[in-house]
Amino acid sequence: MSVLIDKSTRLIVQGLTGREGTFHAKQAAAYGTTVVGGVTPGKGGTVHEGWPIFDTVQDAVKQAGANASVIFVPPPFAADAIMESADAGLALVVCITEGIPTFDMMRVMTFLKERPATRLVGPNCPGLISPGKAKAGIIPGNICKEGRIGIVSKSGTLTYEAIHQLTRLGMGQTTCIGIGGDPLIGTSHIDALKLFAADPDTDAVVMIGEIGGSAEEDAAAWITANFRKPVVGFIAGQTAPPGRRMGHAGAIIAGGKGTAAEKMAALTAAGVKVVKSPADIGKAIKEVL
Amino acid sequence: MKIHEYQAKAILARHGVPVPHGEVASHASEVGEIARRLGGAVVVVKAQIHAGGRGKGGGVKLARSADEAVQIAGAMIGMTLVTHQTGPEGRIVRRVLIEEGLQMQRELYLSLVLDRRSGKPVMMASAAGGMDIEEVAAKTPEKIVRVYIDPGVGIVPFEARQLGFGIGLDGPQVNKFVKVASALYEAFVATDASLVEINPLVVTQAGDLLALDAKMTFDDNALYRHTDLRDLRDLDEEDPLEIEASKFNLNYIHLDGNIGCMVNGAGLAMATMDIIKLAGGEPANFLDVGGGANAEQIRSAFKILMSDKNVKAVLINIFGGILRCDVLAQGVIAAVQELGVPVPIVIRMEGTNVDEGKRLLHESGMNFTTADAMDEAATEVVRLAGEP
Repeated sequence: MSVLIDKSTRLIVQGLTGREGTFHAKQAAAYGTTVVGGVTPGKGGTVHEGWPIFDTVQDAVKQAGANASVIFVPPPFAADAIMESADAGLALVVCITEGIPTFDMMRVMTFLKERPATRLVGPNCPGLISPGKAKAGIIPGNICKEGRIGIVSKSGTLTYEAIHQLTRLGMGQTTCIGIGGDPLIGTSHIDALKLFAADPDTDAVVMIGEIGGSAEEDAAAWITANFRKPVVGFIAGQTAPPGRRMGHAGAIIAGGKGTAAEKMAALTAAGVKVVKSPADIGKAIKEVL
Repeated sequence: MKIHEYQAKAILARHGVPVPHGEVASHASEVGEIARRLGGAVVVVKAQIHAGGRGKGGGVKLARSADEAVQIAGAMIGMTLVTHQTGPEGRIVRRVLIEEGLQMQRELYLSLVLDRRSGKPVMMASAAGGMDIEEVAAKTPEKIVRVYIDPGVGIVPFEARQLGFGIGLDGPQVNKFVKVASALYEAFVATDASLVEINPLVVTQAGDLLALDAKMTFDDNALYRHTDLRDLRDLDEEDPLEIEASKFNLNYIHLDGNIGCMVNGAGLAMATMDIIKLAGGEPANFLDVGGGANAEQIRSAFKILMSDKNVKAVLINIFGGILRCDVLAQGVIAAVQELGVPVPIVIRMEGTNVDEGKRLLHESGMNFTTADAMDEAATEVVRLAGEP
């Protein structure tokens, strides 16, 4: 099995007619994902690269049976796109867009609370992939392998690094979820862990965090109380200086809080095997299995 | 994006937050006139830099006459002010704010910031104003009261009253406090701020509330819809290399070590810094070239790395997903040929078209060191940086 995305996923691409949208729609389809069309307001009724384009997400649901969306629209329009998909009742909305204003995301989060049927992944994330089944986002399919490890990560390329290490050691993945490094995100580490807990085919989880906020500490507390599968953890930013935003809007040590040391200590106390070196993630999974 | 105190006060005043009378000056010659206009027995001269802790560093002084204000401003403008937030190198003071002196009864604290856990703005108030709020939070957390504001509704008067009574204000003062809190929230929303802080918010002898200091930070992602705010950016307060990097959409942060790093992706860039440190070295920077870096960006990235004279070796760590390793290799070869990079370069790449990328590097005849794994690359670059 896998979580969130599989062969039953019927994906639309919001922003399919743009350069990135087109490129990644083709990649997803080539990987075996059922891409049923795109949404670009004003271009409804046209056909792009063989896919039907709809004016609204609602039309895509009614006419193409869409149940998931991946968003590649520019930052000023991304919050709108997320809310449209949630309102149309899609079960999964994956927002790749980087640079959405925080206030826009605050409104999105409030809007989503009233639409609990929708799960948002991201924004500012690489999306997710269930190897051998389907993908929504930009994680390269060729580095993945079908298997029994779940991955949840705030980072993009660091996630690829972890996947690659696992694949190289012969360990495949159930689902790899890039949750994004922004201060406000739809799916947290805990949300992903809950999904992996319920998935009988996931034997162990790699959890990658970053400095900033307290999501990793929250996850540690949740793991202590609820999670029985082995977890390997890595926190990026052990050497980051306080007060500086390290690329991701959420990656900042503020007021002495959100340091890697605190997060690593909390995870270790929760029984997570925390590795200091990002080169040791794959090996550590092998050890805990 | 950060702005100066005098700019923040102007914005807050526009939204109805009461602030002291004052004017900004960049030459001591302007100060006498300003001080006389303000009148009163004392004026305050405040250094304008993007860092807190100015009082302790000698950046806030009282003057008892216009002449003394001129004298103080003359010494302050051009000085290098060192505070606990500037680092040992300090900041050069280019402007001073001259303000009326006030008779104060109490010093309070008031701020607005995003609370990540609830996804809402949180307004915080404290009776312990004028102190470092992080210290208050650590030592006496009970002295801080908070309300979480529904962004769809905005601040409701009862929420502001909860804060006002919570920090021990009396009835008439609470009414004034509600106005200040509402105005502060309005300014926060109108500017897409990520932080607004008034520390201290003072209660004067006359019972009025005034923002004696003000700090505002804006959400960089929202600046596209605030052209007026973009003009407030002060490039003198930023690292010149970081300004240069931002022109090429490169995310660069200057650090103190001697190993230059070039990485795609913020998480991997942080992890690369971490692994260099684990191998016994010190990173010279954080540099994220982004997911779709092109040859031009790689050239610019090299230029920026090389203008840091501390850099003794460079580690390139790229995981090719969207960015193909052969394209990266071509970019690196072209940049090194053009710029004549004088330090050893260790390249670790993985992912799409990696074999073709490696072949290009080897056939270039240049002195690159390649590595397959991150730890191997880090050990190698630390060794090379340590060679005389």
